[in-house]
Amino acid sequence: MSSPLGAQVGQMARRSILQTLRQPALVVPPVFFPLALLAVNVGGLDAATRLPGFPTDSYLDFAIAIAFVQGALFAMINAGSGLARDVETGFLKRLALTPMQRSALLVGNLAGVLVVALASALIYLAVGFAAGLDVQAGAGGVVVIVALSMSIALGFAALGALVGLQAGSSEAVQGFFPLFFVLLFLSSMSLPRDLIEQDWFRTVATYNPISYLLEGIRSLVIAGWDPEALALAFGFSALFVAVGVLGATRALRTRLVRT
Amino acid sequence: MSTEQRDNGIEVEGLEREFKGGVLAVDGIDLRVSPGEIYGFLGPNGAGKSTTVLMLTTLLPPTGGRARVAGFDVVRDGSQVRSAIGAALQEAALDPLLTGREHMRLQTTLQGLPKARRRPRGDELLARVGLADAADRKVGGYSGGMKRRLDLALALVHDPRILFLDEPTTGLDPQSRADLWQEVARLAREDGVTVFLTTQYLEEADVLADRVGIIDQGRIVAEGTPEALKAEIGRPALEVVPCDPARSDALAEVLGRFGVAAPAAPGAVAVRLDHGADDLAAVVRALDAEDLRMEHFQLHAPSLDDVFLAKTGRKLESAGDADEPEQPVGEPVGADA
Repeated sequence: MSSPLGAQVGQMARRSILQTLRQPALVVPPVFFPLALLAVNVGGLDAATRLPGFPTDSYLDFAIAIAFVQGALFAMINAGSGLARDVETGFLKRLALTPMQRSALLVGNLAGVLVVALASALIYLAVGFAAGLDVQAGAGGVVVIVALSMSIALGFAALGALVGLQAGSSEAVQGFFPLFFVLLFLSSMSLPRDLIEQDWFRTVATYNPISYLLEGIRSLVIAGWDPEALALAFGFSALFVAVGVLGATRALRTRLVRT
Repeated sequence: MSTEQRDNGIEVEGLEREFKGGVLAVDGIDLRVSPGEIYGFLGPNGAGKSTTVLMLTTLLPPTGGRARVAGFDVVRDGSQVRSAIGAALQEAALDPLLTGREHMRLQTTLQGLPKARRRPRGDELLARVGLADAADRKVGGYSGGMKRRLDLALALVHDPRILFLDEPTTGLDPQSRADLWQEVARLAREDGVTVFLTTQYLEEADVLADRVGIIDQGRIVAEGTPEALKAEIGRPALEVVPCDPARSDALAEVLGRFGVAAPAAPGAVAVRLDHGADDLAAVVRALDAEDLRMEHFQLHAPSLDDVFLAKTGRKLESAGDADEPEQPVGEPVGADA
């Protein structure tokens, strides 16, 4: 006798949400740090808008995309740490003894992380609008921003799940965070790629997929509807999702050994 | 034996588990556990107890031999085995951020209980293990005994026919240990649950188990009821501490007339009595005749530790090592992972 997959996923998602909400250290940083970085950037780099060719006269409109990507990095930590902790504590063995389907653990964990990411994204938007954010793509664009930020969060969370299950250590997941944070800084985070003066930096930013995630969100805010930017952003986030989910599923098969 | 009875048992033949590097954690063990029996699997750390449990609960494929649990092959019929068993593995694997009731809710859902039965079943089990009042507290604040009791309740959610308990009382205080023993005994006596219990505590095996298998370095070195195993060793040992330590040699000479020397505590002299307790009166008379005054005089009935000593040449408490991998450390040899 086993319960339907939906019920299993629901319970695992509920557990993931409860785990996050009961650890302030997992709730406060995803909300506070991206907004703090946004405030610092807007306060310190506003002069950049006066550069010839800068696409907008509001640095807030340019920089709001960073908050969504940075928030997604925290989704990676939350997803990876939760699964790694289940390996460390032996909770995974308890689950292995039930008729639970492996996919329920992964999907439930990611669903729970996405709920927190959605709440964070809505807070970034609310704060942004309160500070004067102007989304050129209109209400539909706001919906797509939320959808794209969820897709990015899912991609990073899946990569976090992969690392968490593969390494089986929360520390390993935490160690992964700085790597992605560096990638964020080596992207078109602070300036449009065509305005980056250093050749090596511009090259790295061009090959850095995070640039395209930022530019997808940014296009909706600054330019309106840009199908190419959106396709690249959704494409790269889908690639992250595919790599993360496939890798995490494979790692879970190894971790959840049962005959 | 009826079909129903046979289906609650465990049958193991030549079971082996080899890890990478050639470490043979379980080396061809045979055992049979009857329905409704409490089987104590006794051995020091690293003996192969937990590896055996992992194989019997389908969480680790064997690399040799075969095992049937509840009538199902542990390799071929993994899901049927899991549906018939409950298990509380070493170290209560609980989520410190969830409450006891939330654990029950998760477990009842994953075990496929109908929605209407989940809450009542959870509440019933929490009450049975004495956690009703703590049900809404986060498990991170539970004591070791409370965690073990919740672990047991979770293992019972789906009314398993066979229960595996891997060192269930390790680290518990005496009262918590006694409470858990009481509940395990009740499960076997009243509900007819077959219990496979690993332990490194002699007393636990002695008090709780109907039969005991002693495992050392991956092999079963003795098996039987605790009484039969102790009877195999036979004679009790008499340990005496003289009032005057300078007369230890004289004491040893007198006691030597009644049996062979046995291991003794510092300052004491001990012999295994040739005729058991029947020798006691004669011993006292002989000591009195030699004017040997005694500070301590105690008859030790044979213990399971004596059985372990007789079978392995080592005391159980000092025999442990860390050779048994707690986690599967590699792909199995010759089995489908």
